[in-house]
Amino acid sequence: MAQTQVGKSKKKVTKTLSMAGLIVIFAAYMFPFVMVLINSLKQKRDIIKSPFSWLFTIKGLSFDNFVKAFTQMDFLRAFCNSLIVTVSATALVTILASMLAYYVVRHKNKLSKIIFALMVASMIIPFQAIMIPLVSIYGGTLNILNHRLTLIFMHTGFSMAMSVFMFHGFINGNIPIALEEAAYIDGCTHMQTYFGIVFPLLKPIISTMVILNALAFWNDFLLPSLVLTDKKLLTLPLSTYSFYGTYSADYGTIMAGLLLCVIPILILYVLLQKQIINGVVAGAVK
Amino acid sequence: MRSKSNGKDFCVFALPGLFCFVAVLIVPFLYGVYLTLTDWNGVSQEKNFVGLRNFTAVMHDEQFWRSLLLTFVYVIFVVVIVNVLAFGIAWLLTRGMKGQNFFRAGFFTPNLIGGIVLGYIWQFVFSRVFVSIGDATGWSLFEASWLSDPIKAFAALVLVSVWQLSGYMILIYVAGFMGLSEDVMEAASIDGAAGFIKLKNIIMPLMMSSITICLFLTLSRAFMVYDVNLSLTGGAPYGTTEMAAMHVYEKAFTSRQFGVGQAEALVLFIITACISGLQVYLTKKKEVEA
Repeated sequence: MAQTQVGKSKKKVTKTLSMAGLIVIFAAYMFPFVMVLINSLKQKRDIIKSPFSWLFTIKGLSFDNFVKAFTQMDFLRAFCNSLIVTVSATALVTILASMLAYYVVRHKNKLSKIIFALMVASMIIPFQAIMIPLVSIYGGTLNILNHRLTLIFMHTGFSMAMSVFMFHGFINGNIPIALEEAAYIDGCTHMQTYFGIVFPLLKPIISTMVILNALAFWNDFLLPSLVLTDKKLLTLPLSTYSFYGTYSADYGTIMAGLLLCVIPILILYVLLQKQIINGVVAGAVK
Repeated sequence: MRSKSNGKDFCVFALPGLFCFVAVLIVPFLYGVYLTLTDWNGVSQEKNFVGLRNFTAVMHDEQFWRSLLLTFVYVIFVVVIVNVLAFGIAWLLTRGMKGQNFFRAGFFTPNLIGGIVLGYIWQFVFSRVFVSIGDATGWSLFEASWLSDPIKAFAALVLVSVWQLSGYMILIYVAGFMGLSEDVMEAASIDGAAGFIKLKNIIMPLMMSSITICLFLTLSRAFMVYDVNLSLTGGAPYGTTEMAAMHVYEKAFTSRQFGVGQAEALVLFIITACISGLQVYLTKKKEVEA
């Protein structure tokens, strides 16, 4: 009896200790975000004097930094640019990749085997090994850089292999062919069968892929930086970059600008937390 | 989809996606191999065939090898720290603690934000917050900004990368721990396995598939680090923290040596592919079924 008592209290102690450890680590993780948050409301001299003092000890807090960052970054335009690119590329890759994967699953011929093998193999090629010839072809020979459509097209192409791979696995394991056969007997065309019957059944994998692709497109810096130079077309990461280059000494404005970039994602994260986490885990484990 | 109109099906279903893929990936990749054999500078109409001269130039580009060596050191630090830390935190998180989901979601937050923004956030922390802590406490560690000293700037880069990547790995390890069968754990405890022995002989082998995935993801991401490198240190001080991917970028787009840059990109790609291939092979061999 006494022994189990000791065992229990020992367990309790370790549990409390690990909880405490976890909280400390967690606080350290959140530290940079907290710093940005509290300094975004301060004036420059206060930031330099005491960046880690809490808000209530400082007079002269204001939202001026946010107003300035918002206009100087051309935030609304950059945000819309990012939104247009992300939404269109995500939609495009979801539709095209699922159709391609469907074709590969249902046609077990040599051609589709080659296509699939090529795609899987290509997944190990890092973007850095492609970027120089990419710029040289699309900037030099074709001269179509600096268009939103070009960027959307490239995002689609680069995420195609991974998306096809994921859709392929899902269709292979979860979509019974009998359903399609029934549809054909009822006189459906291939297109009708696909969009009427198969596509709706792909919903779980579609939501995973939409999350993974949209996150990647939204945050990507290197590809858009090579494609877009026109100020009117800059996406959010690009405009953050040029904004930082101009205002790097103006800490308050910078902090407000960075926070502006983070807030939309955080709002989305709070709303869709479960889906995002499940999507990311599913994407990695496959 | 079994019918005679096979060709039409192919055009409607497979061709559009295939076209995007080939146009932005396969064609540039092959063209890139060709580029390594020319002396193109990115602007001129002329491309002269120079054989393997670019690869000789790669051999003699000391800065490239220095950045590659630095990348190796960086990769080792990041891979080890990220995985140990993430494994540990995931283990803590799956012991039936309150607020498990909250912590898990919180740790993942840095992954949702682009590397550029993260780098700038940390630049502020290193150059202002830490320095001001140093002023207040007199700790010599924080006396000057980390980013102005080559070794500390490198450490800063490792720290930020660990911070950024570990949340993602925590998710995968948590999923792995949740998949461990209760029966096996209980049987191990009854047989007297505890603490380190249990970790080494029971948990680690069963977690091997998660470990394979996490090692692969951290390896390939760390080798290709660019965004955080650019925004946190920008290679400063004096190019001492310039990683391989950044060097390739500079070589091609700043020094305008496209052929050499592409040759270096290919070398980097081949090294990365070999190392991650080897890693997957080695860790997969250790995977066991429960």
